[in-house]
Amino acid sequence: VCTSRFWFNYRHVANTLSVYRSVKRLGIPDSHIVLMLADDMACNPRNPKPATVFSHKNMELNVYGDDVEVDYRSYEVTVENFLRVLTGRIPPSTPRSKRLLSDDRSNILIYMTGSHGGNGFLKFQDSEEITNVELADAFEQMWQKRRYNELLFIIDTCQGASMYERFYSPNIMALASSQVGEDSLSHQPDLGIGVHLMDRYTFYMLEFLEEIHPASQTNMNDLFQVCPKSLCVSTPGHRTDLFQRDPQNVLITDFFGSVRKVEITTETISLNRYSAGFESKLPKDELATEPLKYAEQLPVAQIIHQKPKQKDWHPPGGFILGLWALIIMVFFKTYGIKHMKHVF
Amino acid sequence: RGGGGAMLAAPLLLLLLLVAAGPGRARRDALREELLLSPLPTGDVAATFQFRTRWDADLQRGAVSHYRLFPKALGRLVAALGVRELHLALTQGFWRTRTWGQPPLQAPAGAELWVWFQPTVTDVDKAWKELSNILSGIFCASLNFIDSTNTVTPTASFKPLGLANGTDHHLLRYAVLPREVVCTENLTPWKKLLPCGSKAGLAVLLKAERLFHSSYHSQAVHIRPVCRDDSCLAVSWELRQTLTVVFDTFASGQGKKDWSLFKMFSRTLTDACPLASQSKVYVDISPKNKEKELLEVTPPPASVHEAVVQGDKKTYAVYDLLSPSLFNTSRSLNVQLKWMRPQDSSELPTPILHAQRYVSGYGLHTGEISTLIYNTHPYRAFPVILLETVPWYLRLYVHTLTIITKGKENKPSYIHYQPAQDRRRPHLLEMLIQLPANSVTKITIQFERALLKWTEYTPDPNHGFYVSSSVLSALVPSVIAMKDVDVEQSPLFTSLFPSSDGSSYFVRLYTEPLLVNLPTPDFSMPYNVICLTCTVVAVCYGSFYNLLTRTFHVEEPSRGGLAKRLANIIRKFRGVPPL
Repeated sequence: VCTSRFWFNYRHVANTLSVYRSVKRLGIPDSHIVLMLADDMACNPRNPKPATVFSHKNMELNVYGDDVEVDYRSYEVTVENFLRVLTGRIPPSTPRSKRLLSDDRSNILIYMTGSHGGNGFLKFQDSEEITNVELADAFEQMWQKRRYNELLFIIDTCQGASMYERFYSPNIMALASSQVGEDSLSHQPDLGIGVHLMDRYTFYMLEFLEEIHPASQTNMNDLFQVCPKSLCVSTPGHRTDLFQRDPQNVLITDFFGSVRKVEITTETISLNRYSAGFESKLPKDELATEPLKYAEQLPVAQIIHQKPKQKDWHPPGGFILGLWALIIMVFFKTYGIKHMKHVF
Repeated sequence: RGGGGAMLAAPLLLLLLLVAAGPGRARRDALREELLLSPLPTGDVAATFQFRTRWDADLQRGAVSHYRLFPKALGRLVAALGVRELHLALTQGFWRTRTWGQPPLQAPAGAELWVWFQPTVTDVDKAWKELSNILSGIFCASLNFIDSTNTVTPTASFKPLGLANGTDHHLLRYAVLPREVVCTENLTPWKKLLPCGSKAGLAVLLKAERLFHSSYHSQAVHIRPVCRDDSCLAVSWELRQTLTVVFDTFASGQGKKDWSLFKMFSRTLTDACPLASQSKVYVDISPKNKEKELLEVTPPPASVHEAVVQGDKKTYAVYDLLSPSLFNTSRSLNVQLKWMRPQDSSELPTPILHAQRYVSGYGLHTGEISTLIYNTHPYRAFPVILLETVPWYLRLYVHTLTIITKGKENKPSYIHYQPAQDRRRPHLLEMLIQLPANSVTKITIQFERALLKWTEYTPDPNHGFYVSSSVLSALVPSVIAMKDVDVEQSPLFTSLFPSSDGSSYFVRLYTEPLLVNLPTPDFSMPYNVICLTCTVVAVCYGSFYNLLTRTFHVEEPSRGGLAKRLANIIRKFRGVPPL
């Protein structure tokens, strides 16, 4: 989730896209990823290289790529939509790609980044905030509805450690880029693009993730060491007390990658050839009795003589009724009832 | 014994079915792909890709479960929601009609969706909402923001482009989202709907990094029912995916107007899509002002096609990717165009119909929207329908609507105005105006800006609010009579609109979208008010509470500790008053 808007927050979109890229590279398909970007940097008119988002200066790595699917864009990234995706309380007409269809055997990775984090909150699009209490309650709802097996929460923003202070549901592990009272800093500006490209924590995390392949055995303890204070300037923190397994035994690919079970069979399966006989089983198409025709694109005569739509008649209400009642009352007051026969 | 008989009968029956079906029966769906490259008068190059899948099946009735070339996502959508016609376009940029000429198919900036539903649909609004949600998931666009505040039901424009059995405009819905951004995430699902994807055929040229580095990029999906054959007794469904992109060759070509496929797309064509029945590249080599030898196309085309397109006789060089002779000399096809001598750009041909729209006025209270429509035909007048959709927060004053042509007032032959309802419905203004020959028509209407509730502002309200483009539909008289085209034989770009008669052609133009600033409140005021109110309440109430409930009583001074007594003794000696 990237929660910040405007061109000078290019680095948060680059952060999110680099984690998206690593996760896709390690095997998780788009149907299992919900990507929320609060602003569009790649096709922003200020981007000197359209359709690209770079994470290294000298434009080495284009994290936007050619095969990206953003599920929530621009104004759709709100606190309400984010919490609805997490808890599953979504309007019924939401398409599948915008839902989190997880069950109690799913491991979920949540990565959030934004420009304005504070002690206990994170601002969304500079106009609303999400508090750590809300987030903890959302996770508890997810736990009670059995929407996750294990959850890894990573946040890269200022005072990020405050966001995981209030969690109380089991099986949650959390990482943050800075402690309470510290700011998370950005890495390096690119003079060609003109803005900072990445945040330090995510930059070193991306370097670390680039070396992971789907079968690697690195565990969570290595992820905790990924950005020491000398490189990151802020102190990254983590929280594992709610997690049942020992972080030593938890593989990185449990959250960042996807392992599919493949069963190899040795017997041959014969498929029926698509024969033309199949077609005759379909219902015969009805043929019209007379030729169909296309509509006229600009039937001037028909348009001019179009009758205006008859509005349904409503009895007069409100002001008109009151006005007429007043007129009739004044009339009877002045002239008396016995003159009614003159009216009719 | 009965079982044995049945066993014998089954293969016989199958054989009978196979024989009855006949050998070599035509497939029920077909794909044609086409690329049209046309140099524009200003030196830019417009490339229009069209992928047309025609399916001889009735999606509405019967259980269609086997999808081959027609994408399943769209087929099921049409069947489930009772859609008769669907047109969705995502556009970035603006087509400059005055300098570039008439577009083959234009779309307004942002996202545009217009749909005709079947008469069997009972609740059209509910189906419309579901449709926009499903499409937002398929195309990764925020089409779920389409609701009653930006949907209108036009009464005279947007007649169906496919087969129609009567046009009840209650079944039509039209919405535009002018703020929608188009980027790679919209192109990716669009490419995945193509039968060959982006791996073979013309779609290999569609690389996002080059396509979005352009002046105009528009991708669209059109689904409509068409005639299956000349007798038109049966219905087929047609899906057209079009992508139009305009490259600025001056900026990318070091000041020369020569272009090639490799320079534009950084790719060349290597083969046709194996699933396509036709795959062609057309290059517009029409001579201007009867001068031949102005430009040179390499490699030399195998054939040349002449057609009357949009009232003008045009010549096209044709490259057929399915013909084996094309790739004899080289493995890839890189079409190049060189201009022999510099073209004098003093005179740009103006199109017969073009329009312009702008907002004027000052301050944040009132303003005026003006539309200028130009008819540059020397002697023919023709009517045009103008459709304007204005959001409800710009309150239009219809009594200030004036239409002036050549200094005199011009009364429209048909006018339909539906006023807005706050937060429920936008303004809809539709007019049929006669444009005299060689004239400029100016339509002005004044408006007042409303103050929104503070939760209704977007996170960046100082950017402004968009008013979507107005739509002009017209039957423009053509210089040269056009023959009826046979849809199957002619190129795809000539059969976009159903032709009515040969003397005029239908064109749909869009004006610029407008950006209007609304009076923006100070969003820190709620915080300020809360602080101030709480302080005032605390000070006032606190003081009153203290006054009413505080009691005073005298306190005995304490004797003090040992240190204090010693200090007092010393002070007594010094003559200073004690502590």
